[in-house]
Amino acid sequence: MRDIVIEATVHALQRAQTSLPDWVLQRIEDAARLETNSIARSHLEFMLKNVRIAGETRLPLCQDTGLPIFHVEMGRDLLLDFDLGEAVAEGVRIATEQIPLRPNAVDPLTRKNSGNNTCQGMPDIILEIVDGRGLCLTAFPKGAGSENMSLVGMLNPADDPFDFILKAVAERATNACPPLFLGIGLGGTFDLAARLAKRALFNMPGTSQMEMDLLRRVNALGIGPMGLGGDTTALGVKIERACCHTASLPVAINFQCWAHRCATEVIF
Amino acid sequence: MLGTPVCHGGDLLTEHHIKTPLSFEDVQKLALGDVVFLSGRVYTARDKAHALMRQKGSPVSLEGAALYHCGPLIRGGKVLSAGPTTSGRMARYTEEILRLGVRAIIGKGGLPGEPFRNRAVYLAYPGGCGAAAALQLKVAGVHLQELGMAESLWAFEAESLGPMIVAIDAHGNDLYQDVRRSAIERTKI
Repeated sequence: MRDIVIEATVHALQRAQTSLPDWVLQRIEDAARLETNSIARSHLEFMLKNVRIAGETRLPLCQDTGLPIFHVEMGRDLLLDFDLGEAVAEGVRIATEQIPLRPNAVDPLTRKNSGNNTCQGMPDIILEIVDGRGLCLTAFPKGAGSENMSLVGMLNPADDPFDFILKAVAERATNACPPLFLGIGLGGTFDLAARLAKRALFNMPGTSQMEMDLLRRVNALGIGPMGLGGDTTALGVKIERACCHTASLPVAINFQCWAHRCATEVIF
Repeated sequence: MLGTPVCHGGDLLTEHHIKTPLSFEDVQKLALGDVVFLSGRVYTARDKAHALMRQKGSPVSLEGAALYHCGPLIRGGKVLSAGPTTSGRMARYTEEILRLGVRAIIGKGGLPGEPFRNRAVYLAYPGGCGAAAALQLKVAGVHLQELGMAESLWAFEAESLGPMIVAIDAHGNDLYQDVRRSAIERTKI
């Protein structure tokens, strides 16, 4: 059983690093077709070409192979007789060697690189308990370019959260490798807002009217692919909400670059 | 050689093919928004290499050089993935790096534009496109290897590295600045 988890971790990372989900590719293709700025269009076309090359060579589409982040859904009736986190970490070490991945994980103070993408707190496993006895693992390698631009704002309840989001995107999008996927956490607490924003990235497909409106306003900023101008600043917006204190309005934005890498393995 | 109009993204953009070492004449003809393919020697440097070069100087001559903000994925002497990293983290070193004679900085997201005036250009390689870039680069050597794979100063031999966009030219124009200013203005509407 432990071996199955290790193998699934390696497979999920392999797919996430060398391909993009169909729905992500579809959004980039649609954007390339509708884009009116020629520099932007040439960038979008080159991004699609890059994904094709990564698929053919089975090599990471981006050299920033990210930090190992996993979303694990685990059935409440499932009993594991081994350390799940340790098994996933072993999978990360094997994947780092096999695929291979760039060693990115360093100590925050000494900046010493562990060499295998695992160390204290890494991999980061976001565990969700669901009904049944299944186990499902999604690899979600997250690069630093977009993660570095992410932020949590503790707003005054009288503030407009959408103004805050638009201003942050206008100032920060360029460095986050647009066109972006924006995971928004609205409400909760300081840390819950950030967790909601990350979860919003996992749950990206499917869009409400509020999300469509925000996406339209973000694209009207004209930042374009890689901040060089154009109609395509974002490819998706997802908002996850939680109730908050009557005196609070936490808003978190988790930026995700155009290469929204994720791959799911259903273990059982 | 002047640039040639070539179809990019369905429109004609001016395309240049340049080769290192670069002279000021080579870069001053590049206009904002032009497309560039670069061949010859390219050096990578990012956070740690810049910090070390500030203390001890560069281990290689950067006169006429192209400096690539990139932390590549390398295995067995082969470039496996090598797209650009965010240049903004190296913004504090821009003036001193250009003073060493660098004529082109390659990266993503841009740098302060003023130090480039009458000196050099900033070329934007499409971010996230590491697999495509790897096909255009070969390892020619490595310096500061003690900094680790991503942070070492790699010497690459580039064959038509591109398409890159001239995002800061040598005449005081900065495409990122223009786009960002206009975006911030639009949030106020």
